[in-house]
Amino acid sequence: MTVLAVAEHRRGELRDVSHELVTAGRELADATDGDLHVAVVSGSVEEYADRLDRDGVDVIHTVAHGEEFNHDVYTQAVTQLAEEIDPTVLLMPQSVNGLDYAPAVANRVGLPLITDAVDLAYDDGLTATRELYGSKVETTIDSHADSTAVTIRPAEWPAAEGSGDATVEPFEATIDESAIRSTVTGFQEVGGGDVDISEADVLVSIGRGIEEEENLDLIRDLADTLDATLSASRPIVDNGWLPKNRQVGQSGKVVTPDVYIAIGISGAVQHVAGMKGADTIVAINDDPNAPIFDIADYGIVDDLFDVVPALIEGFES
Amino acid sequence: MKVLVTVKEVTAVDDEFEIDGLGIDDRYVTADLNEWDEYAVEEAVQLSESLDDVEVVTVTIGPSDAEETIRQALAKGADRAIRVWDDALDDDAMLDPATKARLLAAVAEQEDPDLILTGVQSADDSLGATGVTLADQLGTEWAAVVNALDLDAQAGVAHVHRELEGGVEELTDVELPAVLTIQTGINDPRYASLRGIRQAQSKELAEKTLADIGLDATALDSPIEQTALYEPESEGGATLYEGTPEETAGELAGLLAERGVGQ
Ligand SMILES: Cc1cc2nc3c(=O)[nH]c(=O)nc-3n(C[C@H](O)[C@H](O)[C@H](O)COP(=O)(O)OP(=O)(O)OC[C@H]3O[C@@H](n4cnc5c(N)ncnc54)[C@H](O)[C@@H]3O)c2cc1C
Repeated sequence: MTVLAVAEHRRGELRDVSHELVTAGRELADATDGDLHVAVVSGSVEEYADRLDRDGVDVIHTVAHGEEFNHDVYTQAVTQLAEEIDPTVLLMPQSVNGLDYAPAVANRVGLPLITDAVDLAYDDGLTATRELYGSKVETTIDSHADSTAVTIRPAEWPAAEGSGDATVEPFEATIDESAIRSTVTGFQEVGGGDVDISEADVLVSIGRGIEEEENLDLIRDLADTLDATLSASRPIVDNGWLPKNRQVGQSGKVVTPDVYIAIGISGAVQHVAGMKGADTIVAINDDPNAPIFDIADYGIVDDLFDVVPALIEGFES
Repeated sequence: MKVLVTVKEVTAVDDEFEIDGLGIDDRYVTADLNEWDEYAVEEAVQLSESLDDVEVVTVTIGPSDAEETIRQALAKGADRAIRVWDDALDDDAMLDPATKARLLAAVAEQEDPDLILTGVQSADDSLGATGVTLADQLGTEWAAVVNALDLDAQAGVAHVHRELEGGVEELTDVELPAVLTIQTGINDPRYASLRGIRQAQSKELAEKTLADIGLDATALDSPIEQTALYEPESEGGATLYEGTPEETAGELAGLLAERGVGQ
């Protein structure tokens, strides 16, 4: 079989998930002695092709058209390439841009789409593992189609290493300019301001478990007592209770403090993406099944409104 | 102008739960309106308040049990609702994005909206692909993960921000008609007023079968099949402190002091 994996880049940088796609693609191809093809669309495709040429890549298809990601260009280019190569599995990233073109490609090529896979296996057919209900349960999904589109969750597969000897083939996609009905006009950085939580040694981070804005004072007291910086999961920022620059996660800041104390935070994948690099992770959560306990080093399964006051008192004495 | 908002009743799973076949045992779930859809509904209602002659219609795929949840959107200002359901649809079966989009597209073709808003994803199965699949089935433009929307109805353009990873937003102009998948935080969803809740009871909530939207059971055929549901093995090597809050907090305080916290 053939696996086709589509690399991702943004503002001149190949993103980490690209080399993870190579690993996932190579594993699948190995299951049937097949070939791994990689595609890279827009930007400095030759330079990207060079960096994508890792161990196990057979062919790299480059589509030179435009600089930055545009979903109409990606959709057309990847659709044409997939129709030409007819891959058994078409791999794309479960990133914000992946979500913006993968469903359209799947629809045009007529492939079923399985998103956010955390594991893949091939044996007669493709089986994907994904998570449901905020990562509390896992499910396996079989595809009975000859060919299937999959987006993979970032940071689930290791990055491919070693240098390969792939053939680089420019692919002449026919891009219909009149079908490009959206235009990227620029980029904007958000979340600046007075504090930089990524500089903090100790973070006290609060999530939806705090319930009410008034209750934040309790967490501020804890942060003061521990001489720590206050950060939060997304819902706290969405609610306007703390500014954007306090948000940890995929769309917030990536933090690597010595100690990260997650309080009333479930540990959703987009949150964990921002804090899994902390040296010591402590979780306080009353749900023993909360996924945060999978990555925590220390934990207390209890009500935060009982534990936090006791912690303030315990630390002061 | 007409805005169609896709909404879904999602289930949240209790702290302790049991698995029943390919689903969660009903005793351990609570139903609610999908968090992302709340923001999509609010965005549509705000458009109807700031522009003249905007009708907000919600559409859901769900059994009659979902009606109470769907009325929440009517109570917050949506004008009417459509609920697609059919005997051929099974309560527990997983619908893949292509199937969901086929049903929603059939409704969209009847309604002919200028703008469709969906949530980025639903909180229970987190597929995150229905909105863009719907757009492409309809042949309209789209944008995924939108956290700011400025609609120029006259020019037929939506100026949006797409929230990328790492605190970067992409500024994009999208030609209408379009499907936008709405991210949390784009607005501040209102609470339904008592008056709104009362009014919602008399707003139209039309039930449609597959035949009503011009489809038959073959629309549900999918090559994707859910084969197992299980609790993942805990990867955690976490040390869990046990005892009263005073005891556990005391141990944690000791650990933190050891790590040099507060010095
Ligand atoms: C594209 C995209 C980007 C995203 N980016 C981010 C991001 O950057 N950062 C981010 O954080 N999220 C992000 N999210 C959202 C993410 O999916 C989750 O919805 C979010 O992280 C949940 O926050 P939470 O853990 O605070 O809330 P919940 O998941 O609701 O968890 C609350 C937790 O508190 C616990 N709890 C409740 N009451 C108590 C109590 N009294 N005592 C102890 N524990 C209690 C509960 O058991 C639960 O585990 C993103 C989502 C998408 C789709």
